[in-house]
Amino acid sequence: MEVEGGNTSANDAVARKISIQSRRAKVFYQFTQQNLPACKPVLTPSWIVTTFLLMGVIFIPIGLVTLRTSHSVIEIVERYDTECIPEKFRGNKVSYIKDSTILKNCSLYLKVPKHMKAPIYIYYQLDNYYQNHRRYVKSRNDQQLLHGLKSNDTSSCQPEDSSNGLPSVPCGLIAWSLFNDTFKFIRESSELVVNRKNIAWKSDRNHKFGKQVYPFNFQNGTFIGGGSLDPSVPLSDQEDLIVWMRTAALPSFRKMYGRIEEDLDADDVIAVHLMNNYNTYSFGGKKKLVLSTSSWLGGKNDFLGVAYVFVGSSSIIISLVFMLLHVKNPSSFAGRLSFPL
Amino acid sequence: MHEDSNFQNFKAIIRCEDPNANLYTFVGSLELEEQQYPLTPQQLLLRDSKLRNTDCIYGAVIFTGRDTKVFQNSTGPPSKRSKVERRMDKIIYFLFGILVLMSFIGSIFFGIATREDLQDGKMKRWYLRPDDTTAYYDPKRAAVAAVLHFLTALMLYGYLIPISLYVSIEIVKILQSIFINQDLHMYYEETDKPARARTSNLNEELGQVDTILSDKTGTLTCNSMEFIKCSIAGTSYGRGVTEVERAMARRKGSPLEEEVTEEQEDKASIKGFNFEDERIMNGSWVNEPHADVIQKFLRLLAICHTALPEVDEENGKISYEAESPDEAAFVIAARELGFEFYERTQTSISVHELDPVTGTKVERSYSLLNVLEFSSSRKRMSVIVRSEEGTLLLLSKGADSVMFERLAENGREFEEQTKEHINEYADAGLRTLILAYRELDEKEYKQFNEEFTEAKNSVSADREELAEEIAEKIEKNLILLGATAVEDKLQNGVPECIDKLAQAGIKLWVLTGDKMETAINIGFACSLLRQGMRQVIISSETPESKTLEKSEDKSAAAAALKASVLHQLIRGKELLDSSNESLGPLALIIDGKSLTYALEDDVKDLFLELAIGCASVICCRSSPKQKALVTRLVKTKTSSTTLAIGDGANDVGMLQEADIGVGISGVEGMQAVMSSDIAIAQFRFLERLLLVHGHWCYRRISSMICYFFYKNIAFGFTLFFFEAYASFSGQPVYNDWFLSLYNVFFTSLPVIALGVFDQDVSARFCLKFPLLYQEGVQNILFSWTRILGWALNGVANAAIIFFFCIHAMKQQAFRKGGEVIGLEILGTTMYTCVVWVVNCQMALSVTYFTYIQHLFIWGGITFWYIFLLAYGAMDPYISTTAYKVFIEACAPAPSFWLITLLVLMSSLLPYFTYSAIQMRFFPLHHQMIQWFRSDGQTDDPEFCQMVRQRSLRPTTVGYTARFEASSRDLKAKLEDSL
Repeated sequence: MEVEGGNTSANDAVARKISIQSRRAKVFYQFTQQNLPACKPVLTPSWIVTTFLLMGVIFIPIGLVTLRTSHSVIEIVERYDTECIPEKFRGNKVSYIKDSTILKNCSLYLKVPKHMKAPIYIYYQLDNYYQNHRRYVKSRNDQQLLHGLKSNDTSSCQPEDSSNGLPSVPCGLIAWSLFNDTFKFIRESSELVVNRKNIAWKSDRNHKFGKQVYPFNFQNGTFIGGGSLDPSVPLSDQEDLIVWMRTAALPSFRKMYGRIEEDLDADDVIAVHLMNNYNTYSFGGKKKLVLSTSSWLGGKNDFLGVAYVFVGSSSIIISLVFMLLHVKNPSSFAGRLSFPL
Repeated sequence: MHEDSNFQNFKAIIRCEDPNANLYTFVGSLELEEQQYPLTPQQLLLRDSKLRNTDCIYGAVIFTGRDTKVFQNSTGPPSKRSKVERRMDKIIYFLFGILVLMSFIGSIFFGIATREDLQDGKMKRWYLRPDDTTAYYDPKRAAVAAVLHFLTALMLYGYLIPISLYVSIEIVKILQSIFINQDLHMYYEETDKPARARTSNLNEELGQVDTILSDKTGTLTCNSMEFIKCSIAGTSYGRGVTEVERAMARRKGSPLEEEVTEEQEDKASIKGFNFEDERIMNGSWVNEPHADVIQKFLRLLAICHTALPEVDEENGKISYEAESPDEAAFVIAARELGFEFYERTQTSISVHELDPVTGTKVERSYSLLNVLEFSSSRKRMSVIVRSEEGTLLLLSKGADSVMFERLAENGREFEEQTKEHINEYADAGLRTLILAYRELDEKEYKQFNEEFTEAKNSVSADREELAEEIAEKIEKNLILLGATAVEDKLQNGVPECIDKLAQAGIKLWVLTGDKMETAINIGFACSLLRQGMRQVIISSETPESKTLEKSEDKSAAAAALKASVLHQLIRGKELLDSSNESLGPLALIIDGKSLTYALEDDVKDLFLELAIGCASVICCRSSPKQKALVTRLVKTKTSSTTLAIGDGANDVGMLQEADIGVGISGVEGMQAVMSSDIAIAQFRFLERLLLVHGHWCYRRISSMICYFFYKNIAFGFTLFFFEAYASFSGQPVYNDWFLSLYNVFFTSLPVIALGVFDQDVSARFCLKFPLLYQEGVQNILFSWTRILGWALNGVANAAIIFFFCIHAMKQQAFRKGGEVIGLEILGTTMYTCVVWVVNCQMALSVTYFTYIQHLFIWGGITFWYIFLLAYGAMDPYISTTAYKVFIEACAPAPSFWLITLLVLMSSLLPYFTYSAIQMRFFPLHHQMIQWFRSDGQTDDPEFCQMVRQRSLRPTTVGYTARFEASSRDLKAKLEDSL
């Protein structure tokens, strides 16, 4: 029995081998003769209608859910660049902002429209600010950010690569133009705690900004750009800088400032004390302060939901129109068989 | 002077003409020891000549290298490019124009923005430090910055120009040629020759052929003659079936005929002999009623010729060397029927004959007195022999047009029946000859011989005519024996192939060096001509033109000839213009001499107009150069694609001149193949080459090019749109590596798969519905509207991708953790959308999904994610902005996936809607066939026939047309009789 069994299995193996070979030969034959098995989809009316309907059926619910999610996000946006200029300087905002002798504090009052659940994200928004300008994007040195003064080829950072004959750390236009308005939030005379840790991408903190690299000779030139840095804190902990140095994609962008980790109730009035240091007046940019909760989709934006609903409903309309036309002209193509010559 | 050393002091001066291309003239002189010796072409060896009968010769080199006559004659192989490729170049220029325009717009905006950055010493966008900058961004020299930016932008938007297209097309074409070479349906077993695409440049051109110019001998025919039928003493013998009859039978669907033909093919083992009739074979003719006539008939076949026997020394078998294959066929037929010609000397011909009385073989020899040779004007040949008994015989064979009028009153016994048979044979595509003889008396012969010898030996210019005149005197009062029918054997499947090509709307012109009669015969044989077709014959072989030629004033004669050709052309044109459907189509037959005049500059337009209007065109007696000229005329004047097919050295010019040259790798040497673009073994493979491979390749390449433009436009425009949001500074939205790898990894393979594998309909349907081929001829798939449509689709997709992305990911947080997007995240998202859209668009336009397509399309998308992961995992030093962008930022964000889905679907929507509507309401031909296939209606023969009938253009040539015409006639006759 066993011997027999062994025999058959050997035979099987041989047969299998042969069949594999012949199958290979067959596939090769089919390949060279361009006769491979293939699926040949044809756009038949039923397929078309089904596809369009299916698309509509899937897209509209997604759109509605997305819209709902977006609506559930509470967002407060307050523009402050004009208000925070004293009346007498409104005629010449640029000279006001450039005058370093004036203390530029300013207060805003925000009313919470609805209950906002923690965490509430604080952003500052700049408009008409080209962080994506080629000269600007290139003006940094990743090696220096990671290794400090050990990396000395900072030609990409010009003209902000050094001052007073010494190299600057961090170098380049991006770092040099660091945003330096500061905000304090006060609710009913008690200051809200703003968590300013973990606002930057973890990969940036751990792998792009050195833990042993300290700011050096920074913002020491004749022409001061934006904010300065605490020389005793390593770059990997300078989260404002890290956030700023992830250049924005579009000329209107937000950057995270911090998080308020307690709920805000509806009709709470929040006083914001801010230092209006940053110059957006030269180029006509706007500055806004944004408080926003977040959903699984992120912040408030109806576009995605509206687009989904729009695409979904238009495909349903197309399918209906198509169906109507199809039924009205039952077989218009049979009469058109003769080739248009 | 037989030793090399003898030449030590040999001194001579050769004076000769300058290098020229004339192969058959040479003027020169050799001055040796103050004596002049003339040098003529006989003393000249051309380049590449080989010594045959001697081991060595002594000579002097006259011209070398490029100066040699052979070299001066050769034209360099023309570099051929297909129409599609030429149009592709134009599209590239167009795209380049767009590129320049985009860069120009960009640099203007950039220049303005840069100039405004610094005004009166005040910085606007201070964060860019416009006060301390390089020339690229210098506000004080904004114009320079703008020009520099223009160059940057050219590089940035350079992705618009699909440089990889050329590489991809090359790859695709090579693979396509491999498929052509590998096709078993185009493999000829007998000679072990597959099709060979010698250049891969012209694959898609094969799908656009409008006119085929074909050689005859060796291309349409096998260049072998077969003795197939004969009519002796008013009785028709021979049951062989000709190729034409076979094709007609197949068309009618008669199974009986088919069986007969198969039997036939088995037995036809003797080359040149396909005769089958037990009544006269194996010596049984002696029992036939007119045995004496049959004997004379066969004897005439064995004697009246100029062939030479070659005895195989091993087995004693005899083969023949003859001037023309039909002559060989006669001698072979005589041998097979018992009259074996085995020896020829200067004065005698020896034959083994079957003696009807004893039934044994006897040797007889005839002394050969005169040979009155064949010439195209005489259309007959005769021999005068004296038999062993001493009787003088004049044996004659010739064309029916000249033979019947030379019959004696008492020799017309079988005239009626023979004429009837001849007509039958001719309609079956056979070449017929009339055989007749006469006995001479000594006195008559003596007188003739004297005159004839005198005429032959005269030195005047009209020697030939004199001899002809005398010969004419004796070739009269002949007694009719019968007629022979020889099949100029068409290659296998030629009528079917021509029929298919005609149905596909391809015109076929035959250009041959043969006589007009032969050409017309072949025209009938392959159904290019048929009864009821009005033939416009333009010939300069008429008696008037003969006399004209003899006249002294050559230029006047030429002018008169030209006038006559012109007149004939105009008459033909009038006939063409006045013709209506009922009169039947026209056929144009023109001979070489007339062609010379018809191809002159002032006449050729008229000639071409006439030729295009005719259903069939046959040019006979045409020289290689004329073949090339006709080809060029058709190619340049009608701007349609021409395909020339031929097998001999005389077709080389035509093959090189045509858009596509197809060589038949037959028996006539390799010259045609060497100068061809594609070589096939048999004419019938042309059907598959054009209708299947040509159609597919055309479709593949044109779809591929359109798609390539689409995908590069879609990609390039996303970059451009982003620039508008980055104050045209030239900052790319994508990581550098993403940019570089776009055409290499993520989108290239599916296009190549499309170019290599896509099929709109299978080979079976391509052949079943030949009219599908018109899609290529009319260039429907690569029209400007289609190209622009794809380009617009690209722009639309780019707009959808870009604007949907930036609006969905504006300033707000894009994920739960409140993070906002940066440049790299927007770039990655957009790039993901581009990869998805471009690949799925491909999936939508592919009609033939093998697993290879699946692998490439879905694999391309998967590979993008794998690449993103791998690249993102590398050290930030390498991966720069892409570092962990996918794994940390994009992948965990639901909005990223939702945006991808939305952008993908909305980008595909326009194209999908368009193709749905087009397919349903305005289907193209291939789409109809696809539809039938998917409905399963193609299995219903009746329905299929209906579709075919409807889709057929009324064809004018081919046996389908012939069959229809004859059935129409039959119907008319029936109605008349009722």
